[in-house]
Amino acid sequence: MNWSWDVIFDNLPKLINGAWLTLELVVISGLIGVMLSLPLALMRVSKRRWVQAFPFAYIFFFRGTPLLIQIFLVYYGASQFDVIKESALWPILREPYWCAIITFALHTAAYIAELLRGAIQSIPKGELEAGKALGMSYPLMLRRIILPRAFGIMMPSYGNEVILMLKGSALASTITLLDLTGMARTVIARTYTPLEIFLAAGVIYLIISAVIIALFRFLERRFNRHQHWPNEKPKDLDAQL
Amino acid sequence: MRPSLFQTVLFMDLQGFGHLLLEGAWVTLQLALCSLLFGLLLGLAGAAAKMSSSKVANAIGNGYTLFVRGMPELLLVLTIFFGSSALLMAIASLFGYDEYIELSPFVAGVAALSIAFGAYATEVFRSALQEIPKGQREAAVALGMTGFQTFRRIILPQVWRLALPGLGNLFLVLLKDTALVSVIGLNELMRQASVAVGYTKEPFTFYLAAAVVYLLLTCISMGGLYLLERHANRGYRGAR
Repeated sequence: MNWSWDVIFDNLPKLINGAWLTLELVVISGLIGVMLSLPLALMRVSKRRWVQAFPFAYIFFFRGTPLLIQIFLVYYGASQFDVIKESALWPILREPYWCAIITFALHTAAYIAELLRGAIQSIPKGELEAGKALGMSYPLMLRRIILPRAFGIMMPSYGNEVILMLKGSALASTITLLDLTGMARTVIARTYTPLEIFLAAGVIYLIISAVIIALFRFLERRFNRHQHWPNEKPKDLDAQL
Repeated sequence: MRPSLFQTVLFMDLQGFGHLLLEGAWVTLQLALCSLLFGLLLGLAGAAAKMSSSKVANAIGNGYTLFVRGMPELLLVLTIFFGSSALLMAIASLFGYDEYIELSPFVAGVAALSIAFGAYATEVFRSALQEIPKGQREAAVALGMTGFQTFRRIILPQVWRLALPGLGNLFLVLLKDTALVSVIGLNELMRQASVAVGYTKEPFTFYLAAAVVYLLLTCISMGGLYLLERHANRGYRGAR
């Protein structure tokens, strides 16, 4: 077999174009996902059973079924109903780009909500009681204590979730989007050099994951900065990278 | 008149394609269990490589987990399916055989999924192995057990208990990842649903039906894992 470096270098600009779309999908759907996960997690920690029911079912469905099915349900499934076809949503649901973003956002929201629930439940009780003792209202406590603390606690596992989403975003290629995987597939259809191009794409994914890991190390320190001394040097950061 | 969204969800009329989905579910199950078997072996080998005193084995183990865990599973499935045929054809052409060769989608799927499972299982096994006190290994040596006997009688039963929760989660992920093998044309649940969609033009109904089957499989596996964990922890119940 002839391993060809040329075919990688010739098609690198295309792959990088695809990588941009991958990043775009991950970032936009990630932001929407965080916003959706907030109400879900808050409902999930509620003491009332009927408030818990919806987020429980939502999280159960999105974590229990493959992402591929979810993306097909939105992209192909929506066209089955005339109600949707005639609605104002149709111009959006017709576009694979928006279908991918909607699906990824709904999917990741379920996972983030579960992380957020764990984080909220592991905030030391004393901190909440202190807030109450100071006469804070629930929204104020949410803004000043619950959410900042919960985000700090869940930051490491959220980093993992973003990497899982980066890997999941490859499924956008199954609904004709030219993300990194989609681009690799179109290049291979023309050059027929699957090993070279797929491995090159794999290395680009690896580089993006490394950047995400570094970013979350930084965010983790920033959210939990009250736990560190001001001039403390980041401990064994080099060793971990 | 096509059924409305409400009717679709409520009645889920499969128009005689139900058996197709069941056949697909059976293939999905076979795929998941085969990948589980090879994935567990790869995971044990990976953990052994990472914990070995040889630098080369360490490098192989680290490279394996780093690369596979940073790469989308879909890309892995595609690479193995299309890449292996390029590789096999190159080898075959050395022997003067120039026809088109292709790995069957099932074999390629098992290879890709077990490689992905193995990379995550490596970490699970490694942390479980580290939990076992050194003294036990030394006691086994003192009793004159060979390395393999120590592993089979002392280490493995305890690693099993410690690793089970982590492996269980990985199996649930694996079960969902089997859907990716539909992309290379294996007739598993997801692809059978697509076939039914091709005939009936009712994508929502059939993908939803497939989703429900995946949910059922997930629930059954969760129940099975619960029983396995209870069995593995039988010596610890009531203690503490």
